[in-house]
Amino acid sequence: MSAQHIKRRISTQESPLVTVTLIAIALVFMALFLVLPLVTVFIEAFAKGWDLYWTALKEPVAWEAIKLTFIAAGIAVPANLVFGVSAAWAIAKFDFKGKSLLITLIDLPFAVSPVVSGLVFVLLFGAQGWFGHWLQAHDIRLIFAVPGIVLATIFVTFPFIARQLIPLMQAQGKEEEEAAVSLGASGWQTFWRVTLPNIKWGLLYGVILCNARAMGEFGAVSVVSGHIRGLTNTMPLHVEILYNEYNFVAAFSVASLLALLAVVTLIVKSTVEWQAKRSGDILH
Amino acid sequence: MSITIQNLNKQFGTYKALDNINLEVNSGELLALLGPSGCGKTSLLRIIGGMELADSGSLLFHGEDIQQRDARERNVGFVFQHYALFRHMTVFENVAFGLRVKPKKERHNEAEIKRRVHELLNLVQLDFLADRYPSQLSGGQRQRIALARALAVEPKILLLDEPFGALDAQVRKELRRWLRRLHNDLHITSIFVTHDQEEALEVADRVVVMNKGKIEQVGTPDEVYATPATPFVYQFIGNVNLFHSRDHAPWSDEHGDAVAYVRPHDIDISRVAQDETALAVEVKLVRAIGSIVRVEVAADGSSEFIEIELSRERFDSSPLLEGDKVFIRPRQFRVFEAEAI
Amino acid sequence: MSRFKAHTVLPGFNLALGFTVLYLSLIVLIPLSSLFFKTAELGFGGFWDVVTSDRVVASLRVTFVTSFIAAGINAFFGIIVAWVLIRYTFPGKRIIDALVDLPFALPTAVAGITLATIYAPNGLIGQYFAAHDIKIAYTPIGIVVALTFIGLPFVVRTVQPVLVDVEAEVEEAAASLGAGRWDVFRRIIFPAIFPAVLAGFAMALARAIGEYGSVIFIAGNMPYISEIAPLLIVAKLEQYDYAGATAIAIAMLVISFALLLFINGLQWWSSRKGGR
Repeated sequence: MSAQHIKRRISTQESPLVTVTLIAIALVFMALFLVLPLVTVFIEAFAKGWDLYWTALKEPVAWEAIKLTFIAAGIAVPANLVFGVSAAWAIAKFDFKGKSLLITLIDLPFAVSPVVSGLVFVLLFGAQGWFGHWLQAHDIRLIFAVPGIVLATIFVTFPFIARQLIPLMQAQGKEEEEAAVSLGASGWQTFWRVTLPNIKWGLLYGVILCNARAMGEFGAVSVVSGHIRGLTNTMPLHVEILYNEYNFVAAFSVASLLALLAVVTLIVKSTVEWQAKRSGDILH
Repeated sequence: MSITIQNLNKQFGTYKALDNINLEVNSGELLALLGPSGCGKTSLLRIIGGMELADSGSLLFHGEDIQQRDARERNVGFVFQHYALFRHMTVFENVAFGLRVKPKKERHNEAEIKRRVHELLNLVQLDFLADRYPSQLSGGQRQRIALARALAVEPKILLLDEPFGALDAQVRKELRRWLRRLHNDLHITSIFVTHDQEEALEVADRVVVMNKGKIEQVGTPDEVYATPATPFVYQFIGNVNLFHSRDHAPWSDEHGDAVAYVRPHDIDISRVAQDETALAVEVKLVRAIGSIVRVEVAADGSSEFIEIELSRERFDSSPLLEGDKVFIRPRQFRVFEAEAI
Repeated sequence: MSRFKAHTVLPGFNLALGFTVLYLSLIVLIPLSSLFFKTAELGFGGFWDVVTSDRVVASLRVTFVTSFIAAGINAFFGIIVAWVLIRYTFPGKRIIDALVDLPFALPTAVAGITLATIYAPNGLIGQYFAAHDIKIAYTPIGIVVALTFIGLPFVVRTVQPVLVDVEAEVEEAAASLGAGRWDVFRRIIFPAIFPAVLAGFAMALARAIGEYGSVIFIAGNMPYISEIAPLLIVAKLEQYDYAGATAIAIAMLVISFALLLFINGLQWWSSRKGGR
């Protein structure tokens, strides 16, 4: 009996033609919508050569934008990290009334348009806002200033870490913590030695996603920034200004840094996913 | 250390988990809390361990009320149902945990910690696994590590929640014997929760049978098996046949509306009526199971089967066939009024 | 026992919950409530005048229609991408899988200027369409392109785990009963993943409706034609018309909430039917 008489395909597989077609459709779709834009960023950035690329990045205004982006993310990520851990601790390790309402409310910023996220802070702290008069009287500027940008960034990245940790910690249960306490560990000892090592991958995952959004946020920050060059411009806002001035090379040069951030984010994210899978954690 | 529990109550919402529990646990004994799921046995264990708070009643360790004391300060070792081993720590670090989190002035130095951990790992015969992670262990090994970890802090009381629940039958049997031997060596007052009667009877010094938040009976394994105090204990421990007085079984007639409880091995079978109280039945099924033979019979016109167990020897001396007409009569039985059931 | 919280030995509940609720209130709840107070200031009549003005209605229509189309495209291609990533092996699969999340990681402004460049009449792809007199950038088609980009991961990521869970045995059983491959997909696999597809569709839709950064560069932003509602909010804000901006925001919130409620209902219905 020669091998070619054996039917090669079992009945739960598609024909090779279908398989190849489906893979081709998927790859073309991905290439068109994902790969091409990513590559284009770098092509456009280097369109006029290295020199112009470096000149665009060495601009003091570009540096100010980079600095402000790091400041905003540097405040928003740790703030939401502390919040995420404490929310997940309360929700996953204890039973209390109103828990599911709390979980829903935490997700709220995801349901709101970035523009509206900026708008609410203008309504609160803007010239005509609730606290507008009081702030003006005390000569405090929140809107069209750095604090507003930080607040808007915190708002849009608010749920990232919490919603990563809550299901993870719920799945892990509280037996290990109870065991630690029964062995004489204090609250902090339990948290640092038992809980934290167990959630480290989920935590890192949340931080990465949170940071990517914090550095890349455009709509909300745009509304509260006032677009003051060198003062209230983050990197994405700086890209917008350069682009609208038809300074495409400079726009794409700054954009290429953000694209690089995205690539690094994806790489770290995949690594963390792989590590988490190895230690049996669930990531969402 | 002895444990005294007085008038203990615990309610979850509208559900009464523990209903006026009174129990005395002697120093150094191995006690089983036995009952079906939801009977309150785990709640009781968790209250003793300080994982839950009772609503009312008192809990004394060696005559001293410890209800105000935190779980950390009770000096109780707790072995969790699913072991709750710290998954990111090696076996060694798991066992060392309780020693490492002690306050600075009570903490041993590293060499002493190392010595003690290895001593404990040797005690549970798993020293060769010190560098492994919990996920690399079998169920039985995890169980023993969990025990070693609980023993590391030198508890005065050891509490075990369904210690063999998650293991397969063979490992279970081995671990039971091992736990019994370990207790004989260490003599720590120990309480374990189980829903498996065989486990309770085989391992424990005394058994507490619980049902619906109440204690049904406290006694040695032999006492709860041979002289069950309540219908529940009769049915929960071992097999039992129920004879309703109004239907058949003239020997229980004198009690009016009552039910007689008879163990399958407490029934005699005879081809002739033993006396006027004997019950005429027909053999419906004969099954030899290892060293015993199980015979199922039914009274004429009744669809209720009565189970009888005979030793193989006894059966072989007068074999029965399905369809034989015989008489049965209990050697031993206990009658409960209908309202007590 | 009618206490607020069940007893446990673990410490830190009051601190953790207290901080959580405080932070949530300060960062999210109080700011969001300002929307409703601001609209109340306007009164219902004023609110209605704003949201029924021609330009606002047109922008809402553009927003919702393009979002719907983009989410639909993502649902269709999302199923194929998820299928290919789960069922087949081919070189570079892991990289492709990781790349699916690019829209989450790439700042929207970068996506916006890049897509605008590619699909402009003189752009890499736009030029071929321009040769046939089709404009993509600076028309509603451009908006759909941008919204397809940012919504791409949702359906793929919700369908993937469900597709893994479809038991091989069920497919084998169907095949042994004589079902062809397409029958198996249509009758066995699709019903199983449909709730997940809907969930992904809803998430992509919600994201698209609120999207701003990636759209404004490619949309052309012509009033009545390619102006999206979030942009109109910004425009009103720049004219210091806070109440008008808020009214549009509320209208968007209400419509998207109603839509999501409807999709959730559909999802509940289909998952009940599918017995999952």
